[in-house]
Amino acid sequence: MTAFLIILIAALFVIALWQISKIVQLGKSPEANGADGEIANDADNNRQGKYMLYFVIAMYVMMIACFIGYQDYFLPDAASAHGAEYDSLLLLTTVVIMIVQFLTQALLHWFSYKYRGRKGQKALFYADNDRLEFIWTAIPVVVLAGLILWGLFSWNDIMDVDKHEDPLVVEVYAYQFGWKVRYSGADNTLGDANVRFIEGANILGIDPTDADGKDDMVATELHLPVNRPVVFNFRSQDVLHSAYMPHFRAQMNVVPGMVTKFSFTPTVTSEDYKSTEFMTEKVRKINEIRRQKSKELEAAGDVALDPYEFEYYLLCNKICGASHYNMQMKIVVESEEDYNKWLETQTTFETTLANAEN
Amino acid sequence: MGQVIAAATEHGHDDGHHHHKETFVTKYIFSTDHKMIAKQYLITGLIMGAIGILMSVLMRMQIANPEQPNVIFEALLGKWAPGGVMDPNIYLALVTIHGTIMVFFVLTAGLSGTFSNFLIPLQIGARDMASGFLNMVSYWLFFLSSAIMISSLFVELGPAAAGWTIYPPLSAVAKAMPGSGMGMTLWLVSMAIFIASSLLGSLNYVVTVINMRTKGMSMTRLPLTIWAFFVTAIIGVVSFPVLFAAALLLIMDRSFGTSFFLSDIYIKGEVLAHQGGSPVLFEHLFWFLGHPEVYIVLLPALGITSEIIATNSRKPIFGYRAMVASILAIAFLSTIVWGHHMFVSGMNPFLGSVFTFTTLLIAIPSAVKAFNYITTLWKGNLQLNPAMLFSIGLVSTFITGGLTGIILGDSTLDINVHDTYFVVAHFHLVMGISALYGLFAGVYHWFPKMFNKMMNKNLGYAHFWLTAIGAYGVFFPMHFIGMAGLPRRYYTNTNFPYFDDLADTNQLITYFAIATALAQLIFVYNFVKSIFYGKKAPANPWKSNTLEWTTGDKHIHGNWDGPIPHVHRWAYDYSKVNENGEYVIPGQDYTPQHIPLQDGEEEMNH
Ligand code: HEM
Ligand SMILES: [Cu+2]
Ligand SMILES: [Cu+2]
Repeated sequence: MTAFLIILIAALFVIALWQISKIVQLGKSPEANGADGEIANDADNNRQGKYMLYFVIAMYVMMIACFIGYQDYFLPDAASAHGAEYDSLLLLTTVVIMIVQFLTQALLHWFSYKYRGRKGQKALFYADNDRLEFIWTAIPVVVLAGLILWGLFSWNDIMDVDKHEDPLVVEVYAYQFGWKVRYSGADNTLGDANVRFIEGANILGIDPTDADGKDDMVATELHLPVNRPVVFNFRSQDVLHSAYMPHFRAQMNVVPGMVTKFSFTPTVTSEDYKSTEFMTEKVRKINEIRRQKSKELEAAGDVALDPYEFEYYLLCNKICGASHYNMQMKIVVESEEDYNKWLETQTTFETTLANAEN
Repeated sequence: MGQVIAAATEHGHDDGHHHHKETFVTKYIFSTDHKMIAKQYLITGLIMGAIGILMSVLMRMQIANPEQPNVIFEALLGKWAPGGVMDPNIYLALVTIHGTIMVFFVLTAGLSGTFSNFLIPLQIGARDMASGFLNMVSYWLFFLSSAIMISSLFVELGPAAAGWTIYPPLSAVAKAMPGSGMGMTLWLVSMAIFIASSLLGSLNYVVTVINMRTKGMSMTRLPLTIWAFFVTAIIGVVSFPVLFAAALLLIMDRSFGTSFFLSDIYIKGEVLAHQGGSPVLFEHLFWFLGHPEVYIVLLPALGITSEIIATNSRKPIFGYRAMVASILAIAFLSTIVWGHHMFVSGMNPFLGSVFTFTTLLIAIPSAVKAFNYITTLWKGNLQLNPAMLFSIGLVSTFITGGLTGIILGDSTLDINVHDTYFVVAHFHLVMGISALYGLFAGVYHWFPKMFNKMMNKNLGYAHFWLTAIGAYGVFFPMHFIGMAGLPRRYYTNTNFPYFDDLADTNQLITYFAIATALAQLIFVYNFVKSIFYGKKAPANPWKSNTLEWTTGDKHIHGNWDGPIPHVHRWAYDYSKVNENGEYVIPGQDYTPQHIPLQDGEEEMNH
């Protein structure tokens, strides 16, 4: 599909170049002498008007081709509870704006073609029409109000981190250039922390005197039990980062000096997400690309790429320095049981400190 | 037509004007003539634009073939591309300086500076700006700030690289990245000077428009260009000082140990002493300028296209009052929507709702403007000159880019597209490309006035079509890689196999970017060649109504050789007819502003 697009677009470019060389030829006709030659005449208007028409047709073809060719670029169905609503709102908004896009671009370019100048053609002196202007002020007001109202209701709902009963409280901690997770342990309360406590094994700056922190556990992967609400507390050690979890429709900046929050409920386990039709197909394609690439690499004496298996990820989405492009963390959504089993393998802060002293 | 111009010179001898002897230095370098200053702005802006576009091409080449050696990198980046492989820090530096140059140096100074300077006195009927001297100072400060920005490319550790938004702590702490040392210092100094230049310019524009209109030029008879420049200048005066303050506070945090924006930072094994500041505060201050800046860039372009579309449609602009009202509404609203850049910054979510609401409001005057342009074309007699094509192109990209703003302005939807390539696609179309088209449209349209020569129209057509195809080719597919969740400001995407299938599209975008950049050479060639070898321009090549076309072809300081013409009508009496269906001036489909009302003619009560 992409290959087809490239060819199509290359062809368009070639046609454009060819047409242009034709115009430049025409420009050399004797009529072009004198300054009037540089002002559009009927022949120019005719030609450029037609190009406007071709252009908008080509643009429609391109837009449709993009939507078809790139449909698997869109993120798959959300893996979080609020994500379904996000996706419906995005779909509706996209449909609305594409309808407006098709209509307005059509009018703009059609008029450019239809009313292209001709000798003797009289333009209509038409300066005002309050009714028309009222109508096209009112239509966007109504449509936008609808979209935005829906958006605002979802927004208030999504951003209300206190709405859950018994959520899992997790800290996501950012630093140049990586992530750590802190689980709050049996008390489900994170111990106080500040960068000024960072020392030796206490890499997250947990206050060693705070009892709440003793059972906290620091991990390098984010494991979440499915269908349990999670409240994330984000903390940064150095500069701004942004914790972006695209498959959960979740993002929050991570700001040094303050704790930011976001919450969502993961609804699909990693295993289930991997085996959706969409994802198997996408991963197959990606592995096809990687195999091709590997062949080239091996031919050049380099190491081949590993085959890819999908895992949820969290990535940094706020410029934070040289390795901003590679600041990621794996996310695993699993059954409550598996989650608890995994959690048992983690060490508490108390133990970490004790071990460090030995 | 000859008869019409003759009529102009018969008006009263209100203000006589003397000519001073001019030397090369006072004429071309330290000139106080607004027309020369405009040209200085234009040429400086175009040179900065060439640098900015070259940088974007380098970025695109890196994205298309990440971490591959490239002789061009080796040649241009030197030690920043060891073995021809681009260094990640320099990628971020390119992003930063490209963004800064394009937004401030090309589209603020190069576009608004050029055309405000050139057109305000000429279109309102004034001999020059209120203060020619301050105007000259304004240009030279701009020149100085450009020189400093460019010189920052050559410092030991590289130029500023924290993004054009220079959010602290990244930009404040030298240990956070190499570009945050000397490079960032120079960036801040350069921008501080730039702001001073912009304020001097803006104050001058405001005062000139208020005080120096010729007799009969009431505010409601002003061409829309002037309305746009006037309101743009006001937005600049309101919002640039806030950026200045932010820059100053940032300098304090960097060099004098204050903590406006910094708190609880542990970096490279050390806790910094800063305590109690907030990076979010900086974001507020930055975007209080940053968002209005989008309109500072865009409104002049829209003003220019209003004028060009009306002239070339041979029709009045549709809904003059609504257009003015939209400009005013946009100006006002643009100062209260900044938070839509900060939905996920950690600020109170309730504020997010407020900013979503104000953002919805600003979409309305923008939509009205787009509809009015389209209606102006309807039943016109369109003269499809290159300037007109660029104006139509602007309306097209403004709509395409504006519509995606509805997704980004909705706080809910922004959660998942914030800082992805979807945003890059959106703002490039709606502000980058649209404003650039406005700049080109302005150059093609007023070149005859600036240089007394015509630009070659066929090269203009070629330039337009290649640019139009290329711009959509670059930025339309970019929405889709953004929808896949591809973050911006990434040096390479290869660490995420999930993005492997986007690589083709990224290459496609790069091919378009290179082709589009090359197409700009047509413009450069046409521009330079026409200055020297272009055909001599007639007095009023586009048969336009506005006053600048009544000066005759001599370029003198003071604009009109004789008295300044008086104004008797608005600027849009194109194809106006009497009751008998005959044009107001028989045989001529336009009636310039200085022509008195004819017998039995009624003034357009717009
Ligand atoms: C040939 C045309 C252009 C191309 C190919 C281009 C390409 C790019 C690329 C690749 C980026 C980096 C995106 C990222 O990683 O965030 C970028 C950023 C940017 N561009 Fe352009 N650009 C072009 C023209 C313009 C114009 C006309 C403007 C004027 C407004 C502009 C303003 C910006 C800004 C503000 C940024 C953001 C910088 C930042 O992230 O700090 N660009 N551009
Ligand atoms: Cu980061
Ligand atoms: Cu904004």
